[in-house]
Amino acid sequence: MRAVRPGYRERPSGGVPLFLWFYMRVSAIGMIGLVIGHLYIMHILNSTDTIDFAFVAERFRGPLWRTYDLVILIFALSHGLVGLRGIFDDYIHHRGWRVAAEVAMWVVGVVFLAFGALVLFTFQPPAAGR
Amino acid sequence: MYRGHPGMLAWVLHRITGLAVLLFLFAHIVETSMILVSPEAYNKAIELYRQPWFKPLEFLLVAAVLFHAGNGLMVMIIDFIPTPSRTYRRMFWIGAGVYAVLLVPVAYFMLGGLVGLR
Ligand code: HEM
Ligand code: HEM
Repeated sequence: MRAVRPGYRERPSGGVPLFLWFYMRVSAIGMIGLVIGHLYIMHILNSTDTIDFAFVAERFRGPLWRTYDLVILIFALSHGLVGLRGIFDDYIHHRGWRVAAEVAMWVVGVVFLAFGALVLFTFQPPAAGR
Repeated sequence: MYRGHPGMLAWVLHRITGLAVLLFLFAHIVETSMILVSPEAYNKAIELYRQPWFKPLEFLLVAAVLFHAGNGLMVMIIDFIPTPSRTYRRMFWIGAGVYAVLLVPVAYFMLGGLVGLR
């Protein structure tokens, strides 16, 4: 019996759509533990009542959490944007507007990716004791 | 696809939560970037999270991520293992139950302070 999969994209038969379909799944599996870990750290182990500059500066003293954040940044942003692209596909029927929306989306995406990465790479924690 | 399948609701929520989290992520990148400006600028930016009125929204965000992640896992299972509709219906309700139970401790940790539980 065929499965009922309301709404979700069927696996495309080939080419770029198939690649993006797989990418959605690969990035989802890649980030699931990291994103839930991030939320666990921020809300259960700590709390937004205590998180402040000193907390982040301490975490960013070494490369571990910077790398962790960079991986989430890359996966979440690209997964979200490829997802958005699919949504444009569903709702924008005029080819010209669809391409325009997609191009605008990728430009904004690259800017935010570069900006987020810049923060993670260039932040200098102040000398201890601040 | 036919009308009335609970999976249809899950699909709509999957789309809405995905978009909402993406929107948050854009704001979150800008907010985090304030660490480059000054400690004061960053502390000012995240003051939002300390407002009592913001806590329920923050909880909604975490609930949205958890829904999207859980439902996404289920979508992937169905993608790779042919699942009869009846089985999917059962998975849906089990998933909904697990999700509801999971939200209780999350609400306790995130909202407990508001009502004097923590
Ligand atoms: C935490 C782990 C996550 C998992 C397991 C996951 C899983 C999935 C899956 C399997 C799909 C594809 C559904 C389909 O093909 O129809 C999807 C779509 C999507 N995801 Fe995620 N995702 C996760 C995190 C995120 C995050 C953090 C964002 C936002 C930045 C996001 C935004 C989206 C969007 C916008 C879509 C498109 C929805 C649609 O077409 O209706 N996801 N997700
Ligand atoms: C309300 C819930 C959240 C809180 C309180 C929170 C807190 C933080 C904090 C304090 C940082 C600073 C760096 C660090 O200490 O690691 C950070 C960075 C980051 N968070 Fe979150 N986070 C939340 C939700 C999320 C979600 C849902 C995502 C994924 C979609 C996410 C993705 C990121 C990324 C990518 C960075 C690095 C940003 C950059 O490149 O500058 N966060 N978060």
